[in-house]
Amino acid sequence: MHSSRKNSRRAGVRLAAGAAIAAGALVLAGCAGGGGGGTATDAPAAEQVTITWWHNATSGPLPAVWQEIAEEFEAAHPGVTVEQTGYQNEDLQRTLIPNALAAGDPPDLFQVWPGGEIRDQVANGYLMQLDDLIPDTIASVGGSIAPWQVGGKTYGVPFTFGIEGFWYNTELFEQAGITSTPTTLDQLNDAVAKLRAAGITPIAVGAGDKWPAAHWWYQFALHNCSIEALQEGAADFVFDDPCWVQAGVDLQDFIATNPFQDGFLGTPAQQGAGSSAGLVANGQAAMELMGHWNAGVMGGLTPDETVPAFLGWFPFPAIPGSAGDPTATLGGGDGFGCSATAPPECAELLAFIMSPENQKKFAASGSGIPTVAAAVGSLEDPNLKLVAEGLANSSYVQLWLDTEFGTTVGNAMNDGIINLISGSGTPEDIVKRMQDAAATL
Amino acid sequence: MTSSATVGPAVSAGPTPARRRTRSSARKRVEIAIFTGPALIVFIGFVILPVAFAVVYSFFNLPAGFRWEHLADPDRFIGFDNYLRALTTPEFLKAIGNNFIIVGLSLVIQGPLAILIALLLNRKLRGRSVYRLLIFVPYVLAEVVAGLAWKLLLPPNGGVNALLESVGLGAFTANWLADPSIALWTLFAILTWKYIGFAILLILAGLQGVPEELSEAAAIDGASWWRIQWHITLPLLGPTIRIWAFLSMIGALQLFDMVWVTVSPSVRGIATETMATYMIQQGQFAGQPGYGSAIAVILFVISLTVALLYQRFALRRDLQGAITDRGN
Repeated sequence: MHSSRKNSRRAGVRLAAGAAIAAGALVLAGCAGGGGGGTATDAPAAEQVTITWWHNATSGPLPAVWQEIAEEFEAAHPGVTVEQTGYQNEDLQRTLIPNALAAGDPPDLFQVWPGGEIRDQVANGYLMQLDDLIPDTIASVGGSIAPWQVGGKTYGVPFTFGIEGFWYNTELFEQAGITSTPTTLDQLNDAVAKLRAAGITPIAVGAGDKWPAAHWWYQFALHNCSIEALQEGAADFVFDDPCWVQAGVDLQDFIATNPFQDGFLGTPAQQGAGSSAGLVANGQAAMELMGHWNAGVMGGLTPDETVPAFLGWFPFPAIPGSAGDPTATLGGGDGFGCSATAPPECAELLAFIMSPENQKKFAASGSGIPTVAAAVGSLEDPNLKLVAEGLANSSYVQLWLDTEFGTTVGNAMNDGIINLISGSGTPEDIVKRMQDAAATL
Repeated sequence: MTSSATVGPAVSAGPTPARRRTRSSARKRVEIAIFTGPALIVFIGFVILPVAFAVVYSFFNLPAGFRWEHLADPDRFIGFDNYLRALTTPEFLKAIGNNFIIVGLSLVIQGPLAILIALLLNRKLRGRSVYRLLIFVPYVLAEVVAGLAWKLLLPPNGGVNALLESVGLGAFTANWLADPSIALWTLFAILTWKYIGFAILLILAGLQGVPEELSEAAAIDGASWWRIQWHITLPLLGPTIRIWAFLSMIGALQLFDMVWVTVSPSVRGIATETMATYMIQQGQFAGQPGYGSAIAVILFVISLTVALLYQRFALRRDLQGAITDRGN
C-alpha cells in the first residue's frame, strides 16, 4: 500500500508540473523541475493543488495525528497534495510565519495565534475570512472561537483550547507529606515549604525562555485585577489600575519563599531533560505551572517517551481577599487559519481537521483539549479531563497576557517580569515598560 | 541552441591592425565588466542596498510584517526618534558596554595568551602537531554546535559542575550561564576557547616570516630565549598581531551567534545582551523593525568608526601602498 501511494504521488507531481508550467506558477515548477520529467503534455490544468501546512507539532503524539489527517485528506481529495511540516513553536511564531507573510509567500494553512498577532495579520490583509466558507466548523467550537475573531469576522479556528494549572508529581507530594492539592496561595506556600524540607525542588520554572516565568505574574495579575481592568488593558493598553503593580508585589513575595529550582534563569521550558518540563517529568522537581499542552511535552522528555504515571494536575489556587474573580482562569489555545492567497481547498482541509472524528483522534492521542464539544468525551488522559473540567468551570478565560497584548507590549512586559524575578526590577517598572511600549505603537 | 555554435568562430576572425587598439581596450572593459560584474551585483544587492534600506526603515515606526504602504504613511515617519530611544534605553547602552567589554577582554587576555602559546608551539617539542591540532579544533567547529555543547555542559547539574565535584573542586561549582553576575565571564571564556585557535594560527604563520638568522645571531651573542622573543620575535610579529587585533575587535563588536545560542533569553537580556542580539530581539521578536533598523545603523556606524580609526592609526604602516596612497 505504501509503495502504491508513493507512485500515485509521483504521478501527481508530474501532472502538477504540467499544470504549473501552463499556469506559470514558479514555485511548483521549481519543485517539479528537479525530477526532470515535466513534459508539458495537454494534461488537465485544473485539479492539481498542493496545500502547504505549517504547524507547531514536533514531538509527542501530535505529529503522527496531523500526518494521518493529511494523508486521509489527500485520499479523499484526488489531486490534492498536503505538505505538512512541524516547526519549533517560537521559531514558527516569531520568525517563520511573519517572514513568510511579509515576503508574500506564506504557507496556505498555518498556525494562527490569537490576540495581538491575529489583529495585526488581519489589518495587513494576510488572512482568509472563513465565516462564509466553513460556518458549521466555526459553530462547532462554540465560544472558544472568539479570540480568533477580529471585528466579528472569523480568521482562524482553534483545534485546542485549555487553561493553565499545576502539573505535579503525586509521588513527591506524598513523600513530602502533602495530603491534598493546594486550593489557596497559603496552602501552596505551605506545600513549597514541605517539599523544601523533604529535600525536593518544589517548583520548576523555565524562566530562561521568559514566558514561563512571566505566566506567574499573569496569574497574580488575573487574581488581583477585575475583569474590567483586564479588558481595559487588552483593548486600550491602559494599565492605571493598581492591580497591575500589585501583581508584581505578590510575585516578589512569592519568590522570596525560594520556590524554584537552582539557576532557573537559565532553564529552558521544553527542550531536553534539563528543561523545567523535563525536571518534573523525570522526578527532579515536584510541580510546574504550565499550559494544557504540558503532558504531551513531558511525554517527549522521559527516557521511555511516555507521560509519567505519577503526573497530576490542579488549578492555580485562589488568593483570598484579592480583587479578582476567583473563577477566572488563564488560558489559550492553538488554531489554524488560511492565508488570503490560499486555494479554496485550504478551508476544506481546515474543516476536515476540525471534523468531530479528527477532533476525537486529537483528543484520544492525549495532545490537548479538543474544542469541538462532541470530542471532549474522547479524552482518555485523566489530567486532560481535569483541565477540561477546569475550563468548563471557568467564569472567564483570559488569554495569555503576552498573546493578548501583542508582541511589542508583550515583550516589554515579559522583559520587565524577568528583571523583577532576577532581582533587578520593580513591580512599577513592569507597568512602566508596558506603557512605554504601548506608546511606541 | 545548436545554431549558436556555428556563429561563435566567425566573430573572432582576424581584426585589422588599425582597429586592434580600440578593440583591445573595449575588450578589456568587457573583461572587467565580466569579472567584476557578478561580484558587484552581489555586493550592491546584498550589502549596499540592505544598508540603505535599514537607514530608511530606521526613520519610521513600523509594525511587524510591514509593507511598502507603511513607508508611504506620513504618520509613521518619526525622524530620529528611534535613535533617540535607542541611545536613552539603558538596555541598549548596556549592550554597547558589553560589546566593548568583550573587545577589551579579547585584546588584553586572548592576545597575550595566543602569542604565548604560539611561541611555545613554535619550539621544537614532542607532539607539536597534536597540540596545534587540539588548539585549532574549536575554531573549526560551527559556532552553533560549539555553543550548544557548552549550553549542555554548563547547567547547574551539567557536566562541568559534575567534573568539578568529582575532582574535589565542589566549592568552585557555579550556575555558569544562569547566574547573571558571571554569565558574561563564562561567555568570554567560551569565546576565548573558540577563537584563540585562530589567533594562534595567525601568529604561527607570522612566526614563519621571522628570519631564523636573527635569533641565531642573538643566541650566539648570549641572549636568553625570552629575551630573543621579546626583542626580536615580537616586534617582527607586529603586523600579524595588529591584523589579528583588528579582526578580533570587529568580531567582538558584531558578536551574535554564541550569545544567542548559549545563553538563555532571560539571562541574555539581563547580563549578556550585545548590540546584535538586542537588534534581533527588538527588531524581530518584539515586532519593531523600524527600531531594530536604527539599532542596526548604530551598530554599523560604531563598527565602521572603530575600523577606520584603527586603520588610520594602527594599521597605517602595515597597509601602506595596499589600501592607502604611498607616502601620506
